[in-house]
Amino acid sequence: MLPHWLILSVSFGYLGLLFAVAYYGDKRADAGRSIISNPYIYTFSIAVYCTGWTFYGSVGRAAATGAGFLPIYLGPTLAALLWWLVLRKIIHLSKVFNITSIADFIASRFGKSMKIGGLVTIIAVVGIMPYISLQLKAISLSFNTLFHFHGIPQDSGFFVGEDTALYVALILAVFSILFGTRHIDVTERHEGMVAAIAFESLVKFLAFTAVGLFVTFSIYKGPANLYAEAMQVPELARLMQMDALPGGYATWFSLTFISMTAIMFLPRQFQVLVVENVNEDHVRTATWLFPLYLFAINLFVIPIAFAGVMQFAGANVDPDTLVLALPLMHGHNLLALFVFLGGLSAATGMVIVESIALSTMLSNDLLVPIMLRLKLLRTEAMGGVLLMLRRGCILGVLLLGYLYFRLIGESYALVTIGLVSFAAAAQFAPPILLGLYWKGASRTGALAGLAAGFVVWAYTLLLPSFAKSGWLPISLVDPGPFGISALGPYHLLNLTMFDPITHSVFWSMLFNVGFLVVVSLYDRPAGLDQLQAAVFVQGSRASDTGDTRLWHGTTRVADLMGLVARLIGVDRAERAFQAYAQQHRVQLNSDNVADATLLEFTERELAKTVGAASARVMMSSIIEGEALSIEGLMRIMDETSQVIEYSRQLEQKSRELEAATQELQRTNERLKELDVLKDDFVNTISHELRTPLTSIRALSEIVHDEVNMDPDERQRFLGIMVKETERLTRLVNQVLDFSKIESGAVRGIQEELDLADVTQEALAATSQLARDRDVTISSQLPSEPVRLIGDRDRLVQVIVNLLSNAIKYCDDQVGKVHLRLISDPDEVRMEVRDNGPGIRPEERERIFEKFHQLSDTVKGKPHGTGLGLAICKAIIQNHGGRIWVEDNFGGGSIFTFTLPRQAL
Amino acid sequence: MPESKRRNERLVALFVAALLALNFPLLSLASVMKQVWGIPVLYFYLFFVWAFIILASGLTLKRTRDPSGPAPEPPAGT
Amino acid sequence: MPRILLVDDEPNIVLALEFLMKKEGYETFTADDGEKALEAIREHQPDLVILDLMMPKLDGYEVCQRVRSDPACKNTVIVMLTAKGREVEREKGLAMGADLYITKPFSTREVVEKVRGLLSETSAP
Repeated sequence: MLPHWLILSVSFGYLGLLFAVAYYGDKRADAGRSIISNPYIYTFSIAVYCTGWTFYGSVGRAAATGAGFLPIYLGPTLAALLWWLVLRKIIHLSKVFNITSIADFIASRFGKSMKIGGLVTIIAVVGIMPYISLQLKAISLSFNTLFHFHGIPQDSGFFVGEDTALYVALILAVFSILFGTRHIDVTERHEGMVAAIAFESLVKFLAFTAVGLFVTFSIYKGPANLYAEAMQVPELARLMQMDALPGGYATWFSLTFISMTAIMFLPRQFQVLVVENVNEDHVRTATWLFPLYLFAINLFVIPIAFAGVMQFAGANVDPDTLVLALPLMHGHNLLALFVFLGGLSAATGMVIVESIALSTMLSNDLLVPIMLRLKLLRTEAMGGVLLMLRRGCILGVLLLGYLYFRLIGESYALVTIGLVSFAAAAQFAPPILLGLYWKGASRTGALAGLAAGFVVWAYTLLLPSFAKSGWLPISLVDPGPFGISALGPYHLLNLTMFDPITHSVFWSMLFNVGFLVVVSLYDRPAGLDQLQAAVFVQGSRASDTGDTRLWHGTTRVADLMGLVARLIGVDRAERAFQAYAQQHRVQLNSDNVADATLLEFTERELAKTVGAASARVMMSSIIEGEALSIEGLMRIMDETSQVIEYSRQLEQKSRELEAATQELQRTNERLKELDVLKDDFVNTISHELRTPLTSIRALSEIVHDEVNMDPDERQRFLGIMVKETERLTRLVNQVLDFSKIESGAVRGIQEELDLADVTQEALAATSQLARDRDVTISSQLPSEPVRLIGDRDRLVQVIVNLLSNAIKYCDDQVGKVHLRLISDPDEVRMEVRDNGPGIRPEERERIFEKFHQLSDTVKGKPHGTGLGLAICKAIIQNHGGRIWVEDNFGGGSIFTFTLPRQAL
Repeated sequence: MPESKRRNERLVALFVAALLALNFPLLSLASVMKQVWGIPVLYFYLFFVWAFIILASGLTLKRTRDPSGPAPEPPAGT
Repeated sequence: MPRILLVDDEPNIVLALEFLMKKEGYETFTADDGEKALEAIREHQPDLVILDLMMPKLDGYEVCQRVRSDPACKNTVIVMLTAKGREVEREKGLAMGADLYITKPFSTREVVEKVRGLLSETSAP
């Protein structure tokens, strides 16, 4: 017997492997080397059609009805024959309109109706719920079979009874969320998921074929032998004819029919066939390869079923578990484990794709439109909300499936539950197929048809399932509500010749198609509804039909120009038409009827932007369209993806332009500011230059004119002139210096230096000045060197400047200046204190501005240039430091600067 | 008539034929208690028709030089 | 003897002007900021004031305005002396009631001649 831990770890290991495959697929897609862009992977992903139901249920159904399981696979085979016509058209339209789900598709066909999208979503969720519960049942059934086969103790120690299904549901929810909602972008393909699904299809095929070969050729000696033995069992011999199928040929046909619709219109099938399709031409391969897959995987269903019935004759074994029970019975535990993995593949694949497809529909077609309409959601904030919403939906869908399983699951066989869902998906066939080939199918008609079909389905299949499970009185089903048998869900109007599925399919299709056709015939579709009808009906590529006839019809030149202008802009459109007029030497008059050549020209112009198919459709609509207004066409064009893309690009461009304009404006403002600053600067400089110049000129003129001047006075005047000239020189030097430092053009020499040493140098340079003014300078320096990187000369300049300022502004009587250098681990700090009059708080910031001189605090005007502190500030900032001035308690001020240790 | 249109018509014809072959009354002809090579006729017939459909559709859709068909696709199996 | 008040915060300029005016035979007073200038005007009642515009405490414009608003000094001639050479400043100065606007650096002869001219105009009637 297989130990439980082995079964569980193999299961989780397998899920991990799947995730690795998906991860690899996503990585390859991100790298632009898609692995799913391949017709074989595409085909294997379609095989997600074969679920846990196929894997376990087919055998169960074959054991009960013989060939009765086959319509489920013959239907898709028949449908595949029409894929080249129908599916390609759907794929093509879906690409044109960026379709994300089947609800989206139907809604788009009928004028992008929110109501239809919502209704389809509701039908899908309610209808598929049994199907998901079926997978949960299949997985938990296979677990329990593996655990409990042949009298293993009931208490497995891992799972508690029937809650297996709940755990399975939760794990699958996590898995689906990981697979399907890694990205926010909803239109993006799930390449990794598709890769994983294709891989699972391979695994389930190999597993099922392995057990089939084992049963047919190992237990029995070939199929002939097996059938010969089966012939001896009366109940099996009976299964070799059509009589064994309840409902006979009618059931056969109805099952074929709903399977034909299911292969395309189950939400997950639509997802893999249409939404995840990479290349329309892959349909070519899938058309024969997918039926071949179905053929091969079903080849051994009957042999396994017959062998199971014979091997377990008389024993009470659920026929749905025969695939597992046979290898277990013969002691082939590893084969059983492989089969179990095949079943797990089949079920998980279905649940993952289905829950992703449903959650996309739920969020895109039901919840988001409602939330937007109720203003619960703002468009800007949608990304994150959408992701959470879709995750929530996946969880919700799976829990709904679990709920159905708990309520109903035990009372039905696998196949019956699945067929209930098939019948629901069949409701989508009339609006899609009629919508694709009949322009007259209208929005109201589709809405009425879908609603009627859904109600009939719910009444004839869903309601009885609740009644049969004891949640509703069984009298509702038999004889019928209020005891009226004509109302009985299984035999409406006493139609008793069909089995419940066929009965439901018949009535629901009758109502669905009937309402759709009749309401459409009496409806007057208008606007978008009619336009979309035209696009969808003529939707296949013009080139496919080989139709190259010239256009016939009447359209005004102005309308054509308007059409093109709408797409490519008025200017370009006008230029194009002018070029046309010149080339053909014709005069284009707006009110004239366009001739055939102009129509072709217009179509080509349109095709440049929207592609040939859309251009053809637009043209055919504008020319042939019965009551089609040009305004209507404009609307449709606005909504095609190409136009949206085009306008997005335009928007992008205009945004860029706007940004550039703003940038330009900012630069302009800045330039203006700089201009004002420069003006001020020049003005101030000129003032500062004029002052010494004035003295020099006036005094020199005096000396020049007054020949008989007193020699002492002459000497004095000349002395002043020398001083003023020095002042002028200093000023010019500082201005040059300052502009160099401030522009940062010269960063100076970067060397390692000892700031204590630098300070000593500055102190020496100012000692003469201090002596002249009778000022005492005291200093306090650290004993160790204060190392940092900087420009030595500039730093000397700063300290000298601060010291000489302090000396100049010191107290007249007892001048005292104190310098202190403090070395912290991360910065160096220098303080210069004086005992002068101090600086008023409002001046403290401004003294570091250029040409700001302290004027009203001292008598007279000091002979500064007004640039000293500004230069200091620039130097310190260039070194990455800070400089400021504070009040010195006890009078005077403290000038402080700091430098970071790793000064630049 | 262009080849592509002819191909579409062949597919529709094949569909109709398959639908008829797999339903009443033709199907009932196979519902007898006999065997072909040891396999019950009903099963043999169903799987035989099935295989035939697959073969026929594969041949019908085999790529031909078709100027009006879709643009050449990238090599398969990349 | 005409009295002249020289106002500038640059002592060297004041020195030069004082020398020139004394040589012309005028009685001179000096001040190195706006407030002192106003005091001196009240005290000495000068016939002419040479006034620098950029000064601490009270600038030349302000001084000029105050002088013009004082009826006692309505005959005082005001000559503005400034390093601000822009046309706007010049017009502003004249609008404030200055009689003459001289830009630094100036020609000593020109200043002397203009001052002489202004004083003779006012004393003529």
